[in-house]
Amino acid sequence: MSRSILTLALVALVTLASCTDRFGGPVAGGAGVAGAGSPSDPASPAYFQQAVGDRVLFPVDESTLNAAARATLDQQAAWLRANGSYRATIEGHADEQGTREYNLALGARRASSAQQYLVSQGIAANRLSTVSFGKERPIELCSTESCYAQNRRAVTVLATGAGV
Amino acid sequence: MIKRLFVAALAALLAVLSWGAWAQDGPLRIEITEGVIEPLPIAVAPFLAEAGTAQALAADITAVVRADLEGSGLFRAISPNAFISPITSFDSPVQYADWKAINAQGLVTGTVSVSGGSITVQFRLFDVFSEVPLGEGLQFAGGGDAWRRLAHKVADEVYTRITGEGGYFDSRVVFVAETGPKDARQKRLAVMDYDGANVSYLTDSSTLVLAPRISNDGSQVLYTSYDTGVPRINLLDTRTLTRRPLSNQPDAMSFSPRFSPDGTTVLFSLSQGGNTDLYRQALSGGTPERLTQAPSIETAPGYSPDGSRIVFESDRSGSQQIYIMPAAGGEPQRISFGPGRYGSPVWSPRGDLIAFTKQNQGRFHIGVMRTDGSEERLLTASFLDEGPTWSPNGRVVMFTRETAGAGGAPALYSVDITGRNLKRVPTPGAASDPAWSPLLE
Repeated sequence: MSRSILTLALVALVTLASCTDRFGGPVAGGAGVAGAGSPSDPASPAYFQQAVGDRVLFPVDESTLNAAARATLDQQAAWLRANGSYRATIEGHADEQGTREYNLALGARRASSAQQYLVSQGIAANRLSTVSFGKERPIELCSTESCYAQNRRAVTVLATGAGV
Repeated sequence: MIKRLFVAALAALLAVLSWGAWAQDGPLRIEITEGVIEPLPIAVAPFLAEAGTAQALAADITAVVRADLEGSGLFRAISPNAFISPITSFDSPVQYADWKAINAQGLVTGTVSVSGGSITVQFRLFDVFSEVPLGEGLQFAGGGDAWRRLAHKVADEVYTRITGEGGYFDSRVVFVAETGPKDARQKRLAVMDYDGANVSYLTDSSTLVLAPRISNDGSQVLYTSYDTGVPRINLLDTRTLTRRPLSNQPDAMSFSPRFSPDGTTVLFSLSQGGNTDLYRQALSGGTPERLTQAPSIETAPGYSPDGSRIVFESDRSGSQQIYIMPAAGGEPQRISFGPGRYGSPVWSPRGDLIAFTKQNQGRFHIGVMRTDGSEERLLTASFLDEGPTWSPNGRVVMFTRETAGAGGAPALYSVDITGRNLKRVPTPGAASDPAWSPLLE
């Protein structure tokens, strides 16, 4: 009985988190937990999102990782090593300055870049999946480089549950 | 003095109109070239209702015929207020002098009758200055809800008789209807007449959908859906609205589908390990066949109208460019060489041109080029134009134009392949990714 109440509470929390998260998006499977928990708890998804940093940014039309991106992914890898029950979907995104299909392909490249780097840092490939949203889900809305730079991103969205 | 100058200028203008835009000698004819600058004046007489009950319907049908012809940019419908003698009987001899007097080059007359649930429209077209009918009178019939289609068929016939080319008015457009803010846009598939009438929705907005494509017979729509969380190709039956994922899709992201001309095969892009290549698969299932093997992005594939070749975009040269290869696969030939990037190529139904999106110096353009890449012509320029789709006769392209900024939203526009007659296609709200059907049966 107390167990089912706990499960319900967890489901409610997860639902709330995924509804209010502007940065993530639907994950490929399992339960999205992006942003859940307390940012002060180093084992929480909220800590991962805010303290570790859940995203890396890319220059125009590129999918290579610069030093800052690699540093962020190093920390993501460390967190994922320490928190082995989590899986992650890496979402690749592009800014609006491109055609729809090309940007889907470019987002796939970016997501794959981040994924391959995490794998190179020892994260099991079967814990990581990728999805491209192309230019469909910008987080910054202006049509200038300051916003575009934030939209050209790969976001690591945590999930729990069985591997994909 | 001023008045005399004005008269002289007017005479010069009239001379240009008469001799430049349309030939006064010989039969009524528009040669559609870049030289068509002034639309041809045409009188569409109010269609006669054969019974009192059809009055309103006859007026509606007349209005649609007029709107179609004017909307093409090739005709100017003379205001009925200028008509000297009204048409009171479909079969009475035409008083050509009265129509010459208002400089009507062509005259369309018609009747509308309603019997039970069925509408019958008859029409005739006259070459006023040659004083002869242009072709035989014709009759179209359809169910009560088909009156707009009957009007479009009349307009298509008039267009075809005067231009010598196929029409495009009796056609539909599948598109993505969009609502909500830019960072949480909701999208659903919709379909409408080419002119924006009769909108209906094919999916709800519970899942992100992109870039629908309609089969040549109009019975099926391929599109990209995120209903599983990743982009996958779905197939929708336009009559039953039943949907299913394309069978046997590899476990990866797939998008950018397009039908083969015979509707049996789908071309699409598949992204695996960050690399996007082209695949082909029978619509009925079967094993996907890989058409390109390159570390670069290959996407936006489409067939030539005869099915023998495939046009697509690739960044194998280091930037997005257009290529053509044999439909069975094989060495692609690059055809785009101008400054900037080229994407979303689509082969004209006439076979002669490729329409594309071009991105150069921060601007987007819709353009056309010949299939060997020559004679590139940019038709539009804006903050963001993309995704051309061809009218059934290969004379017009429709595309998505998106405005800039946080409040930016997409809308559908169309433009002649001459670059003239750019206009917004009315939709109930924001809209993107149009796919224009062939002429309906």
